[in-house]
Amino acid sequence: MTTPLLPDDYFALLDPRWSTREATGTVLRVKSETDEAATVVVRPDHPWPGHRPGQYLRIGAEIDGIRHWRAYSLTSDPDHPRGLVSVTIKTVEGGKMSPWFTEVCGPGTSVFLGNVEGEFALPDPLPEKLLMISAGSGITPIWSMLRELQRRGRLDDVVHLHGTRTAEGFIFGAPLRELAAENDGYKLHEQLSADDGRLTTENLDDLCPDWRERSACLSGPREMIDAFTEHWEAEGIADQLQTERFQPVIGTGDAEVGSGGTVSFVVTDKEATCEQGISILVGGEEAGATLPYGCRMGICHTCVGVLREGQVRDLRSGEVHGEQGETVRTCVNAPEGHVVIEL
Amino acid sequence: MTPTGPSTATIPGTNDGSHGGASRRDGDPNAFNPLFRLSSEEIEEIGERFQKIHDEVKADLGERDAQYIRSIIEFHRRLTALSRIVLMASRYPPAWLLGTAGLSTAKILENMEIGHNVLHGQWDWMNDPQIHSSTWDWDTASTAASWKHSHNYVHHTYTNIIGLDKDVGYEFMRVDPKQKWSPEFLAQPFINVLVMLFFEWGVAIHDMDLEAIKKGKKSKKAIMADLKGIGRKAGRQVLKDYVLFPALSGKHWKKTLKANFTANIVRNIWSNAIIFCGHFPDQAYTFTEEEVADETRGGWYVRQLLGAANIEGNDTFHLMSGNLSYQVEHHLFPDMPSSRYKEIAPKVKALCEEYGLPYNTGPFWQQWLMVQRTILRLAFPGGGETPKPGPYVAPPEPPRQERTVQGVEGPIKAFP
Repeated sequence: MTTPLLPDDYFALLDPRWSTREATGTVLRVKSETDEAATVVVRPDHPWPGHRPGQYLRIGAEIDGIRHWRAYSLTSDPDHPRGLVSVTIKTVEGGKMSPWFTEVCGPGTSVFLGNVEGEFALPDPLPEKLLMISAGSGITPIWSMLRELQRRGRLDDVVHLHGTRTAEGFIFGAPLRELAAENDGYKLHEQLSADDGRLTTENLDDLCPDWRERSACLSGPREMIDAFTEHWEAEGIADQLQTERFQPVIGTGDAEVGSGGTVSFVVTDKEATCEQGISILVGGEEAGATLPYGCRMGICHTCVGVLREGQVRDLRSGEVHGEQGETVRTCVNAPEGHVVIEL
Repeated sequence: MTPTGPSTATIPGTNDGSHGGASRRDGDPNAFNPLFRLSSEEIEEIGERFQKIHDEVKADLGERDAQYIRSIIEFHRRLTALSRIVLMASRYPPAWLLGTAGLSTAKILENMEIGHNVLHGQWDWMNDPQIHSSTWDWDTASTAASWKHSHNYVHHTYTNIIGLDKDVGYEFMRVDPKQKWSPEFLAQPFINVLVMLFFEWGVAIHDMDLEAIKKGKKSKKAIMADLKGIGRKAGRQVLKDYVLFPALSGKHWKKTLKANFTANIVRNIWSNAIIFCGHFPDQAYTFTEEEVADETRGGWYVRQLLGAANIEGNDTFHLMSGNLSYQVEHHLFPDMPSSRYKEIAPKVKALCEEYGLPYNTGPFWQQWLMVQRTILRLAFPGGGETPKPGPYVAPPEPPRQERTVQGVEGPIKAFP
């Protein structure tokens, strides 16, 4: 009625947290887990809708005036008594957001809460025997699942293989060792890659001889997931394996013109292929999509769309950029690998 | 305060023609258009230099800029809320006056410094979905979508190209002698006053592209979609300003309605003045389609520079004009945050001086009167090319005056 401003906009003048336009939260504390990882505890400004252990949260923050978004696994219990949530973050060297979360942000910082997403979850109904495999910061969703099993009193027969460089660098190492000491049904094996080499499929028969009979949950770097998935497929039991990979699939083109790639337009429901140096806009139009366009030179912002997945290359500067939720100009950006855009 | 230096505008009638002030009647005006004096290498060079200014600012954008736009938005909302509350007591003349003044100011800020600039995508870099060209709507009759098309795309891409830039006269006025005269322009002086008073509606209708409709180039479906959009937007605007908020004043609703109407008119007159002063003063060049065929990126920059004119004023004036008083800078860099125009103006001027290009600017009343004169003159057939200013020359540095005290050597230090 009072458009373009809504009563909400006026309430936000009194206290920004009263605005319901966006889900926000306040950082309560940042708890150091290892030298490189920290858990960020957030109090959502609106009631938490809940999540399943294993899911991840899109969390946004403003760094030097610019909003950035990342997805991190939720490490808090779904039904926290005070409605708090937390994500556990490992610092990526040269990264933008992870060092900010682990080193810069502190109590009182405002963050934006995106959607809870992810299909990675405990099998339902729970099987008799479980196998958890994790490596590095891939531990975070597994940790949530183990906590859930403990709460439900279902740590009956769980084997957990975790690959870590050093014992000190094992995020949640101490509480998990304690959990293993207290529960006969939970067996934890730590493989220190600095001494024993990385955790591979070859270790399986030794560490968990009955792995073929177990429902498995796997979370770790991409190469590891690929190798393990292949192994399960070779045995014909791929349906017993659930995986969570962290890095999205991004093209690896050369520095000058890029790799080109494919684009999924979710609103117009079209798929397009862009050769090297072809913008998302042109590629989309060639595929028959009707897209907003304007100057076609990057000045008018008529053609912008929200990036859902993947990264793009600015055809003017050659810079590869883009993160989930960012708006990009389709006329001057080309896909770098596969891209999903809200247009 | 005159940070912009002396006016390089040629005062009408005083031009001695020594640098490019020739009229069309004296020969080929193109000979004097600086764009055609430059070699293609020079044009590319200028383009790169302008691009560099743009890229430097873009790399520097950060917290300070984000705080600026948020503080302006917050100030606007507070002022609007306050004015609306004061207007609930509009039956008392002082409250009426205060509320109307506040609301007028708020509406001007919202349209100029906030709406226009956000819709340009100037703040898209923040990646804040609340302050983004794709989500923003503003307190005016135009729908955001149709305005972005007619303004951001058509006007800013084809700036001052007669026949392509629909903002030259908005398709119902003749503001450039290159536009063909027809008898309907005789009504122009009258239409001009209407456009001033009801500018927002004029812009909303203009967004529909009247000429395309007249020529049957626009499908019925597209016209209906536009009308529906305008209708929805207009309905909301009318409901808000002429039903909802007046109702809050109870039986004195008429006074509040008058206040809201007045605020809309004040905003319309102001934005009309600022926007007409951006391209229609004498100094600005216009172009024909043939002249800019095969234009390069560098040529585009030079055309933007020549086709716009600034207005001189103090910081409050610039804020209230949405920094469109830096029309030259805005046209060079339409997606640069408006708060940066003042900072880069010296660099733009330096480039103008280096390449012998004009930097169009003048005081508000001079520019506005020039525009009014042109509108009156061009209501009638004919009309010549207006005299143009010569290349920009930086004013000599004023001698530094340092405060001295007798018996003390050198200037006094503020904090010794």
